[in-house]
Amino acid sequence: MIYFDKVTKIYQDKIKVVDDLSLTIEPEEFVSIVGYSGAGKTTLLKMFLAEETPTNGYIFFESTDINKIKNSKMGKYRQRIGTVFQDFKLLPNRTAYENVAFAMESAGKTDAEISSDVPHVLNLVDLGDKMWSFPRELSGGEQQRVAIARAIVNQPDVLVADEPTGNLDPHNMKDIINILKKINELGTTVILTTHNKEVIDLLGNNRVITMEKGKIVRDKNGGYQL
Amino acid sequence: MFITNIKRIFKTGFVNFCRNSLVSFSAIFVMIATLTTILALILSNVLLSSALDQIKNKIDINVYTTIDASPDEIFQLKETLEVLPEVDNIEYISREQALLNFRERHRDDNLTLQALEELDENPLGAVLNIKAKEISQYAGIASFLESEAVLLGYGDNIIEKVNYYNNKIAIDKLNKIINAVKNFGFASAVILIIVSILITFNTIRLTIFISRKEIGVMRLVGANNNFIQGPFLIEGFFYGLTSAISTTIIFYLILLWTNPFIENMFFLDLLSYFNSHIFSIFFILVGIGSSLGIVSSIFAVRTYLKV
Repeated sequence: MIYFDKVTKIYQDKIKVVDDLSLTIEPEEFVSIVGYSGAGKTTLLKMFLAEETPTNGYIFFESTDINKIKNSKMGKYRQRIGTVFQDFKLLPNRTAYENVAFAMESAGKTDAEISSDVPHVLNLVDLGDKMWSFPRELSGGEQQRVAIARAIVNQPDVLVADEPTGNLDPHNMKDIINILKKINELGTTVILTTHNKEVIDLLGNNRVITMEKGKIVRDKNGGYQL
Repeated sequence: MFITNIKRIFKTGFVNFCRNSLVSFSAIFVMIATLTTILALILSNVLLSSALDQIKNKIDINVYTTIDASPDEIFQLKETLEVLPEVDNIEYISREQALLNFRERHRDDNLTLQALEELDENPLGAVLNIKAKEISQYAGIASFLESEAVLLGYGDNIIEKVNYYNNKIAIDKLNKIINAVKNFGFASAVILIIVSILITFNTIRLTIFISRKEIGVMRLVGANNNFIQGPFLIEGFFYGLTSAISTTIIFYLILLWTNPFIENMFFLDLLSYFNSHIFSIFFILVGIGSSLGIVSSIFAVRTYLKV
């Protein structure tokens, strides 16, 4: 489903952040990418989201070469991918409801679909009673759940979560990981990056890829090794 | 879907405009300053033109005819002059009327009136007051009056005196001042308008700079560019609309207060001019304000749409 083919990314300071990396991710997989800061995990995801372009190599989503997607078609591509970030990236001037609704509006959903799906998804992440709160009125864990609701409301093929628990306490961390597991069980491919051993322990026997200096040094099911 | 999108863009734009009230306020404040500059320049131009018109109206050439000249001869001269393209109109003041005017003017000057009584007959000739279409044309008319054709046409010279040469210096000077004021007014208006437009443009850019991260997030969530840009354009439009309404009200209040002074100084009722043109003034301000807001927004958002 997702193919990284000999991908290299060199930033302007000439440091190789991702180095000749090849990787295949199958549908409905739950893949965790672990590694120290600077190992290239986030850059890898940014290239998958077409936020960054690889210096060398290709990235395919099904049969689409991501770097050949035109700016005007980028929205359509990104609607197939849900994204969750460490810093949540919610729209600060919109309520939880409006943040989730925005993703649906962007995908051209009708008003009727929006008014039925948004409360449903927010209930799913246990935020039914805080639908009309602004991000600043929500805790970190709540904000991250809004972000997850926004990421899954369009039923994407892939959910990308970049250190989703990085800013959360252990209790909220467990919540978020459980939600992600549930989403995966319902058939969505999940790619998660983390440097937290507890997160990997919570995920049991799923695939874990360890990155170091832009290369994959370990690719096995279960276990956390740095 | 298209209509739904338009509706959503309008709604989002309006909601953002209200929720970012502090940012909206600063943008509107700067835009009011710009529109005030523009409207002040428009109105001062109205005042200036009216003042200049009044001054121009006071300028004329007076042709004093000899006391022997018959009304027929004078009317013939009048007709000859009226054919000239430079001449706007000519007023004929008969000898009797000239005398009445003279008496009226020296009402309080007994000595002069007594001296006048001493004379057997009316010492004043008839007068032709010539008004040209443009101030610069008086020289031409004056030289025509001097020309031999006119003088020869009537055997005897019926023209006693043409007062153009007395007024020439004043007329020339005034002509120069009027041109200078017009040019200076235009140049300063252009500079002021450019400066205030640039300030507004930068303020709106700053308001959008604040939202740059949001724009990036919207792109990552999968929104297309028009859907992201639309609400900012609507916000820009609302900045223009609100500023235009405020500026119109501010000017109305200022004119209510200052109109007596202005009328005293320029002999023009600027308030009634403003009231009778209020719709065109308002639409000009809305047009300038909203296009300024929309264009600035387009340029500013574009910078952040490249993610």
